[in-house]
Parts: sequence; structure tokens; C-alpha cells
Amino acid sequence: MKCSGYLLALAIAVFTLGACDSGRQQPNSEQTVETVTLINKGSDTIVNLALAWAEAYQKMRPNVSISVTGGGSGTGIAALINSTVDIANASRRMKNKEIANAEETGVTPVEFVIASDGIAVIVNPENPVDKLTLQQVSDIFSGKINNWSEVDGDDFPIVRLSREVNSGTHVYFLETVVRMGDKKDETLFSTSTLLLPSSEGITTEISQNRNAIGYDGLGYVTDAVKTIAIAVDDTSPYVSPTVETVVDTTYPVSRSLYMYTLGEPTGATRDYLDWIFGPDAQAIVKELGFVPLE
Amino acid sequence: MSRRFTRQLEDGPRDMTVSTRKATRRNPFEILLETLVRVAGYSAVVFVALIFVFLMREALPTFNEIETDELFNRRWYPIEDYFGILPLLFGSLVITLGAALIAIPFGLMTAVYIAEIAPRWLRELLKPLVEVLGGIPSVVLGFLGILVLAPLIRRILHVPTGLTAFTGAVLLAGMAIPTIVSVAEDALDTVPKAYRDAALALGATHWQTIWRVTLPAARSGVLTATMLGIGRAIGETMTVMMVTGNAPQIPAGLNALFMPLRTMTATIAAEMGEVASGSVHYHVLFTIGLTLFLISLAVNLTASAVLFRARRRAERLLS
Repeated sequence: MKCSGYLLALAIAVFTLGACDSGRQQPNSEQTVETVTLINKGSDTIVNLALAWAEAYQKMRPNVSISVTGGGSGTGIAALINSTVDIANASRRMKNKEIANAEETGVTPVEFVIASDGIAVIVNPENPVDKLTLQQVSDIFSGKINNWSEVDGDDFPIVRLSREVNSGTHVYFLETVVRMGDKKDETLFSTSTLLLPSSEGITTEISQNRNAIGYDGLGYVTDAVKTIAIAVDDTSPYVSPTVETVVDTTYPVSRSLYMYTLGEPTGATRDYLDWIFGPDAQAIVKELGFVPLE
Repeated sequence: MSRRFTRQLEDGPRDMTVSTRKATRRNPFEILLETLVRVAGYSAVVFVALIFVFLMREALPTFNEIETDELFNRRWYPIEDYFGILPLLFGSLVITLGAALIAIPFGLMTAVYIAEIAPRWLRELLKPLVEVLGGIPSVVLGFLGILVLAPLIRRILHVPTGLTAFTGAVLLAGMAIPTIVSVAEDALDTVPKAYRDAALALGATHWQTIWRVTLPAARSGVLTATMLGIGRAIGETMTVMMVTGNAPQIPAGLNALFMPLRTMTATIAAEMGEVASGSVHYHVLFTIGLTLFLISLAVNLTASAVLFRARRRAERLLS
């Protein structure tokens, strides 16, 4: 604890310097154009899209500065409720509990659907399995199927990979795939499911490990992994996840992506959201492998 | 105990003479300095107490909100209200024990080599290098783990995935070793040369001198080194989160080290950002934090108790 005194001194020094700085800058910024800062945080699925949007928008409107961070849908929504961000990105809808929490602060969150996304089930390219039914995927992730030979693959153990529980993709996958849309179903992920903190972690492990199976947003699927064609049941056709199959809704595991604001957006936030619904922003959606709004 | 007491008695009068002498020529600057030093000294105690109070305040509501036996459930899945912390507790223990088993022998051997065996020029090269190793950010080690170590472990050990407790333990050991080497080497270095000379003069071999004389003489420093190393391992978050797979399963049997496991630190780091403050999940995460705090407190208390007993024994032997 010898250094606590130094630390304190350092902290004070930093604070004072910070204060001086802002004091000096304020008059300057008033003389030039008024800059507006928008803080945008949430879903890791959306973060690349949000970054691309922010970049394009800032080029068009140099006086607007947009900071984008990830962390997961839950993280973004929690930050929105605590009013530390202007816009929260979410790859799932707000839960009733979260809406109630937000309303306790006196403002109702407003929802915007900004794009659509397909969730691809991915495996290593060396894995011979290339199609599964929804039931089989559910059984794999809930731990009923533990070897690839049970789904016409080679005799290798199955390693399940998932995003962390704060990820909107995790919650969506649990509800839509593991529980197959049945609200009363209480099936959970198998405890041996690896929970990785990032999409990149999942892609890296799958591209290296032929035992692994995981899932990820279509925008994050690279050539290093192979997508699995999915059928709703034994009699339905197997459909691969692509932008086309998500648009025509033949691919069964697709969802909307959201942005939330606290109360009706005004000023710069409003302008930014209006631009997002325009053709320029929606073109970027398609470039990044997501599915634009109609 | 009695010896310490008598020493205090002996020290007593001397202290008083010092302070009376000081009182005659005290200046304000000295008083200020003394106060600052005293505040810095007490601040450690105050901070620990404050942290403990804060943890308690945030963790205790847990026990009103859920049944205590729910905490000893075998399942951790907080978004569906499964709050069993056993898998996390065992995960942390297995990984820390694994890291200790690798780091302690390896670290101590390195320290002995540097302090006792290596020629002077090599020692001057090795010591700074080891300290540089200690300065590598843990997130960098994590990347190394994901990209290099995990695939290697999967291929060599033929396990389904390389993201296992063992991978985490190896990286944590790599992080603890510089601490252990550095502190243990310093301790070995302070053993008086006369001890070694005496042992050698009595006909002991180089190895016997190291094992029977130098190491025991530096025992307290070596123990501190070990504790600091393990302390670094149990609190480490980023690396374990990246390489251990974070699967909240209860380890079973000897192959537990080669399963993906989830630690308490990784759980707090991964989930704290997401919880609504004041929710059950939030309080349970603080309960996990409190558990970690109590574990490290217990480790430190045990270490200092052992150290204290060792010192008293040494004093008795010398007197």
C-alpha cells in the first residue's frame, strides 16, 4: 500500500489536468461548428455494422461524432437504462423486465428495426456433415447427441461452442433453436457448452477444430468455417443461410436487429436514425452480409 | 508469543527516548510528513475494510432473495435463474491448483539456478529477462493461448478441444513464474555467504548446500514468492476467460484438468457488464466476489501464520 499516496497524487494531477483541458477547449469549440457526440453501444453482432454506419455518417456530417462499442445486447440495454448511451444496439427485443426497469426512470424506450440477420450454424470445413434438422441441432446443443457419428458424420466427439449469456444471439439461439420456439420448453444448453466471449473466438476455434460446432450471425461467417443447411423437420427441404434465403424467410433461423432510444429520439439522434433507414445505410447492411430492410 | 512480548518491552524505553529527543526539535514539516506516512500506513487497512463492507452490502441481499441451497446447485445459468456457484468454485480451484503445480517447482528451480548455479554474466542476463516476461500483458498471453497453445494441446493430448482448464493453468503458471522467480531469487540472494561457506567447509556438496542450507534459510522469502505467484494466478481474469472455454460444469475425476471449465473471475468479468444493478443476478455476482475475497484472505492469513511460526522457531533456535 506504499504506492497509494502516489496513486492518489497522480489521480488528482490527472483530474486537474483534465479540468484545465476542457476549460481551455470550450470557448474554441463554441467559435467553430458545434460538435455533437452520439454514444452507441450494445450487440456484438451489430457492432461492425454500427461502426461502418458511423464512419459513413461522420464523413457526411463532420460535426457529428459517433462512438460505437460492443459488449452484448444486454450490456447496451443496461447502459441505455442507466442513460449512459444515446442509442443501444440489440440483436433481440428488450425483455419485459428491462422495459419495466427503463420505465422506472420515467422514460419509455422506443424500438427501431434496423436490419435482419440469419444465424448460421457453423462447423469446420473438414467436417463431412453439411445438413441437420432443427431437432438435431437442438439435441446437439442440449447434450443429447454427443458424437458426430450420430448425425451421419465421422466418429468424433462434438464440442459445442456458444456466445456468452449476455449475448442477444445466445438468447435468440436458445429460444429459437434449442427450445425450437416452444415457450414452455425448459431445455438448456448442455453444461459442457463452451461459452466464448466473442464471435471471433468462436470462428477461430471452429476453423482450427474439426470437432467443434457453433453459431454466429451471417455477417460474421468467414471462409474458414462451413455453414450447415437446416430443415425445420424431416420432411422439409434443407436450406443454407444466405442473404436471399433470409429475405424470402425460407431459412428458419433469422431475426430482426434493433436499435433502442430512451423516449422518442430528437435532434442529432433523430437525424442519424432517419439516415439509417435510407438507401445509403441499407446498402452498407448488404455489404456486411446482413439483410437490409425491404 | 512471550518472546515477542519481551522484545516489545525491551523496545519500549528505547522508543520513548527517541520520541522525547524528537519532541525537543520538532518542526511542522516533520509532523506533516509523519502524519502522511501514518495515513498511508493505515490506508491499507481502511481500504480493505471498505472493500469488504462494500462487498458485503452488495452480496448479502442474495440470501434474502434466493434460498441458500440454490447457491449450491450444480448448474450456473443466471438468465434462467440457476445460480449454482459450485461449478465456478471448483473451476477456479482446479485451474489455480494446476497452475500452482506447474509454477512452483518450475519457478523455484529457475530461482535456484539463477541465484546459486548460473555464472555471474548469465545471471545478469536471466534476471531482467524473467522480469520482462512478467510484464507481458495478460491479454497478449490469452491470444497466444487461443492461437498457439490450445491447438497444440488438442493435437498432442488428443482431447476434443484445446480450450481446457489445463490450457488456462499453463498460461497462469507462465504468469506466476516471473513473480515466483523474482521474489525467491531475491530471498536466496540475501542468505549470508557465510552459511554456504560453512556448509561447503563441512563437506556438503553444492546440491546439499542448496537443498539443506540455502533454501531453508530463505524459507520465508520463498513462501512469500509462492503466495504472491498463486495470488496472481487466482485473481487473473482475462487469460482464463479467453482460453478455458468457460463451460460451467462440475469437474469430475482426474481428467477434470482437461475439460473446459469456468472460473469465478471470468464469470464476474463476462456477466457484470450486463446485469441490471440491484437484480438477483447482480447480488449473486457480488457473492462470488465476496467468496473470492474470503479465499484470498484465507490464503494470505495461512501464509503469514506459517511465516510467523517459522520465524519464531528460528528465533528460538538462535537464542
